[in-house]
Amino acid sequence: MATLVILIVVALFLTAILTGGYNERYLERVRQNWLWEWITTVDHKKIGILYLMAGGFFFTVGGLEALLIRIQLMFPNGKFIIGDTFNQLLSMHGTTMIFLVSLPLLFGLMNVIVPLQIGARDVAFPFINSLGFWLYFVGGLTLNLSWIFGGAPDAGWTSYATLALNEFSPGPGVNYYVLGLQIAGFGTLMSGINFLVTIINMRAPGMSYLRMPLFTWTSFVTSALILFAFPPLTAGMFMMMFDRLFETSFFATSGGGNSVIWQHIFWIFGHPEVYILVLPAFGVFSDVISTFSRKRLFGYHSMVFAVVLIGFLGFMVWVHHMFTVGLGAIANTIFAIATMAIAVPTGIKVFNWLFTMWGGRIRFTTAMLFAAGFIVVFVMGGVTGVMLSVVPADLQFHDSYFVVAHFHYVLIGGTILGFFAGLYYWWPKIFGSLLDEKWGRWHFWIFYLGMHLTFFPQHFLGLFGMPRRVFTYEAGYNLEMNNLLSSLGAFLMTAGMLIFLFNVVRTLTKGKKAPGDPWDGRSLEWSIPSPPPVYNFLQTPKVRGLDPWWLEKREGNDQMPVAEPLGPIHMPSPNHLPFLMSLSFFVSGIGFVFHSLAVGFMGLVGVVITLYMRSFEEDHGYHLIPEELEKEAKS
Amino acid sequence: MKIEEQTATVAGLPAEPEKATLEGKNKVLGFWLFLGAETTLFATLFGTYLALKGAHLDGPTPGELFQMPLVATSTLILLTSSLTSVFAIMGMHHHDVAKMLRWFGITILLGLAFLGVEIYEFIEYVHEGHTLTSSAFGSSFYLLLGTHGGHVLFGVCWIAGLMVQARQKGITVHTAPKFYVASLYWHFVDVVWVFIFSVVYLMGMMA
Repeated sequence: MATLVILIVVALFLTAILTGGYNERYLERVRQNWLWEWITTVDHKKIGILYLMAGGFFFTVGGLEALLIRIQLMFPNGKFIIGDTFNQLLSMHGTTMIFLVSLPLLFGLMNVIVPLQIGARDVAFPFINSLGFWLYFVGGLTLNLSWIFGGAPDAGWTSYATLALNEFSPGPGVNYYVLGLQIAGFGTLMSGINFLVTIINMRAPGMSYLRMPLFTWTSFVTSALILFAFPPLTAGMFMMMFDRLFETSFFATSGGGNSVIWQHIFWIFGHPEVYILVLPAFGVFSDVISTFSRKRLFGYHSMVFAVVLIGFLGFMVWVHHMFTVGLGAIANTIFAIATMAIAVPTGIKVFNWLFTMWGGRIRFTTAMLFAAGFIVVFVMGGVTGVMLSVVPADLQFHDSYFVVAHFHYVLIGGTILGFFAGLYYWWPKIFGSLLDEKWGRWHFWIFYLGMHLTFFPQHFLGLFGMPRRVFTYEAGYNLEMNNLLSSLGAFLMTAGMLIFLFNVVRTLTKGKKAPGDPWDGRSLEWSIPSPPPVYNFLQTPKVRGLDPWWLEKREGNDQMPVAEPLGPIHMPSPNHLPFLMSLSFFVSGIGFVFHSLAVGFMGLVGVVITLYMRSFEEDHGYHLIPEELEKEAKS
Repeated sequence: MKIEEQTATVAGLPAEPEKATLEGKNKVLGFWLFLGAETTLFATLFGTYLALKGAHLDGPTPGELFQMPLVATSTLILLTSSLTSVFAIMGMHHHDVAKMLRWFGITILLGLAFLGVEIYEFIEYVHEGHTLTSSAFGSSFYLLLGTHGGHVLFGVCWIAGLMVQARQKGITVHTAPKFYVASLYWHFVDVVWVFIFSVVYLMGMMA
């Protein structure tokens, strides 16, 4: 109760300072501030940039955590960071990279690019798009506040029961995990629904499903996976939260609970999550490779089929994370075969990328380098994946560094290289300037070599018997050399990232201005200026085939044919409610983390109030008038 | 007069106002997808309940707890409320605000009655030693039933808010999708109850 009073007093105090005792003119000034503009924005392109910035911030945090882990493991019997702190670093590194970095960075690209690729003026739900971002952001903030308030999650990124229950993880650690991810998960689900409806309902005339660029396709399948994978996580998180806060016994064996249920629920979510992370990257590569090979994508239809099949099979294989649990030979066999089956559509994709390059006039821009480098890394990661799917072999590999090497190969090789390929490719479209190619190549080579140097030796560490999650090892077991190499690789990757940051800062200050179509692109987003105007397309384009912009350029047209006469363009108004609603969730989450039910429920009341405010809001947006737009376009 | 107000006049209201605008179509489709997500959420809760229902330790078993008359009453109440919400949407399609309000009013009254019966039921169970923390059976039972009950409560608050809006603004192409998706939600909550009735109560009583 005391916490509640303090919180209310602080809130009133802050409100008084910020509003100057509700001074109308002060409020007016706040509304004209650039920060307010970003907080209230519902423009999908700006929300995309917000995702990129927040994802970049958490990337830095997660990367530093990884660096600290590697410094500790550099030499045998290291004393740099040991025990509980190491567990916290490890858990937060995994959680941050999976939930707060990979997906949001891809969401950033999807938000900006998908509506442009399908010729839409906007996403289906601009308000919910903004809400999705802010929920993700405050969820991530909740998780990372644990570093400041003490007691970060320390039960691994999977938070297995019973380790994560009160008995073995007292203190608030896992509470941060459960509540932070819960809030971020709501946001992700909403964004997923938003992308699905956008792609189904908002395509330009002529943009049939089998004319959509691969990035749009993979975003579509990813969103469908989000739709069905995140609710089980929500349910599991609720159970974990109840077990920890209200002494229930879902997973606690003393009350008749069953800790394997957590593993099932977690991996029913967790395995599709892997494909949620990697499919958009596949889409990026398909677009990048066909653009820079100046050829249409080889086997477009089989690519689409493979994406859908991978998405479907992704739900069928979660038990391969649990081969050593003891579910029996039959269960293990079924899931092993289902797992191996995923190699088929993945193989189709790899061969199609190779055939797209075959005979093409390839330009090795930075984006293309990342794409070509990806194919190598991803095949290597895929092969170790098939090795892990063999049950008897998995009993040996399980929980060793071999697994760590495998999933870093696929996640960095897939998601992170994919993200960078996409970022170099679409940077001019997003920001209107070109990233420097020379520094880009430095970034690629140093990061790429560092990545191999870090994770290739880890295969051998695993085979030599080093378990994952340990904070030290003894000398004389053949582990010193590979650990040292791995840590040096981590420094090399950091150096690569610093070059990238330098490139970004340089570009933002004195970058070359980008034309609308800097790469001689194929899809719709290149047919409009960079950066795109707030309404994207002055008139909705008419799509006449696959790679529509390329098609028009082949026929000598310098712009897309239009599907509608020039008319007023409807735009949504900026809205501050998503931010307020997320803030209420944040207060609620922090309350429950510290077992203060009063604060927790106060936050939920705030959520209900903001929901009603939204429901009763009467704001139909505004219209842009074509005469003014034309004038603007001419000037 | 602004463009968005022109389409919102009752005089020009189309037969299916909830699907007349792109916003409306998006809202209805998005809501169907959301219900897909909710289905997975409840499926997870059902799965957990099925895995844990045998773990009642020393507490009462499902067979000892569940009483057909009580469960039949709440089932009857909730299924009727689904019908009344259909009448409300029929009222909306006839552009008859009064009819829609009347049937939505009955719907939320039935929803509240259902909640009343459920609260009474829970109090009875707690007296018999079946609580949230008594066993894994208790935990999974109350989480599943509680999540459903929470959905009913949310639906009641939601529809009540929409009734106020209907009174203020009437049926327009902007409000119609809201009424429509709220009724979809209400049907979904009912369907979940049908599963709870068979999987939790009937199977529990037969065991």
